[in-house]
Amino acid sequence: MGAQTRVYKRRIKSVSSTKKITRAMEMIAASRIVKAQRRVAASEPYATELTRAVTAVAHGSNTEHWLTTEVERPTRAAVLLITSDRGLAGGYNSNVIKEAERLTNRLVGEGREVLHYVVGSKGSAYYKFRDRPIEQSWTGFTDNPTYADAKMVSEPLIEAIKADTAAKGGVDELHIVFTEFVSMMTQTPRGDRMLPLSFEKSAEESAEVLSKGSQVLPLFDFEPSADEVLDALLPRYVESRVYNALLQSAASKHAATRRAMKAATDNADELIKTLTRLANAARQAEITQEISEIVGGASALADASAGSDR
Amino acid sequence: MAELHVELVAADRQVWSGQASLVVARTTSGDIGIMPGHQPLLGVLETGSITIRTTGESGEGTVVAAVHGGFVSFADDKLSLLAEIAELSDEIDVQRAERALEKAKAEADAAAERRADVRLRAVAGVH
Repeated sequence: MGAQTRVYKRRIKSVSSTKKITRAMEMIAASRIVKAQRRVAASEPYATELTRAVTAVAHGSNTEHWLTTEVERPTRAAVLLITSDRGLAGGYNSNVIKEAERLTNRLVGEGREVLHYVVGSKGSAYYKFRDRPIEQSWTGFTDNPTYADAKMVSEPLIEAIKADTAAKGGVDELHIVFTEFVSMMTQTPRGDRMLPLSFEKSAEESAEVLSKGSQVLPLFDFEPSADEVLDALLPRYVESRVYNALLQSAASKHAATRRAMKAATDNADELIKTLTRLANAARQAEITQEISEIVGGASALADASAGSDR
Repeated sequence: MAELHVELVAADRQVWSGQASLVVARTTSGDIGIMPGHQPLLGVLETGSITIRTTGESGEGTVVAAVHGGFVSFADDKLSLLAEIAELSDEIDVQRAERALEKAKAEADAAAERRADVRLRAVAGVH
């Protein structure tokens, strides 16, 4: 075997073993999407009922509460960014980080100080590399988040918004940036304001509730009191929103990984095809060369013997 | 007879849903019984057990569940019970709850003790 053919054969072998790995990762991600999607669906009833209850309190009572009223001049905002722990997911992490940066710039432009809370090691690595302060970061559960994880993440956020803004670490607003799982093929990064409940948002939500129930929201009786119900309800609302965002991000991450790995497998296929063609051509060239060498050698011998006869 | 539609949901799943004639739950200000036609209500639940007297399609019977914190919301004969953790009495692992109770007693962890106690009571059907 000639040197050229050997080089091609070696490259084909290495590309095929890479292809095997990416194909396996694609399959794993595909099976995980289904699981993650099921978990998103399972968390839906709680989120819907909770949103309904929050809307009911926000509209069915006229109490002023620190969680629903907008501060006149907000000075500080917390941004929770949800990324993944591992890469190999195409543009998944950079897209969501870009969205967070956009939101941060907008908030800073409006004169607010932004405190960063980050989930996932890719996000915290981004901030650490640029030497920018992170209030708190969490890692280790982004592939498979549980409600307990969401609770752990929400706790400092709720504390920060409860605290007086003048105090250290107190914030007026709570934003969340995550990747929404729209469909198997589409995942869009989005930034939402969680608290205070925005009026357009709650108007939209109440319109939804209204169209579903097709009647006016009833006046609620609160047990023990509207204030206490809100005190208990809104932290749960934050937790449920964070939980939902974590689940959607996990599903999106798996979908992005699947897509990236599928592209890698397809590229490997393409590469193997080209390399095989080149290897075949090299082999053919080798054979041709050998034949011409033999023919050349034979005719040289024939010429030589013909000359000696004379 | 009038019935109410009950949805018992935990943070990560739907635990039970069906028709009922009476639901008894423990709010922070005491036990509350809800029957069809009750005034719209939103309350905070304590760690305790919930008793649902089922009727109609769900069949006559009683469903008992242990819940740990949450809310009860009721409007036009639709009752939602939201809990971070909710378990039906027949899902509860009695031995595990007993072990948890002993451990909580040994460590003097009042909250954990209460949780384990509620689980055991839900199994026994005592409110």
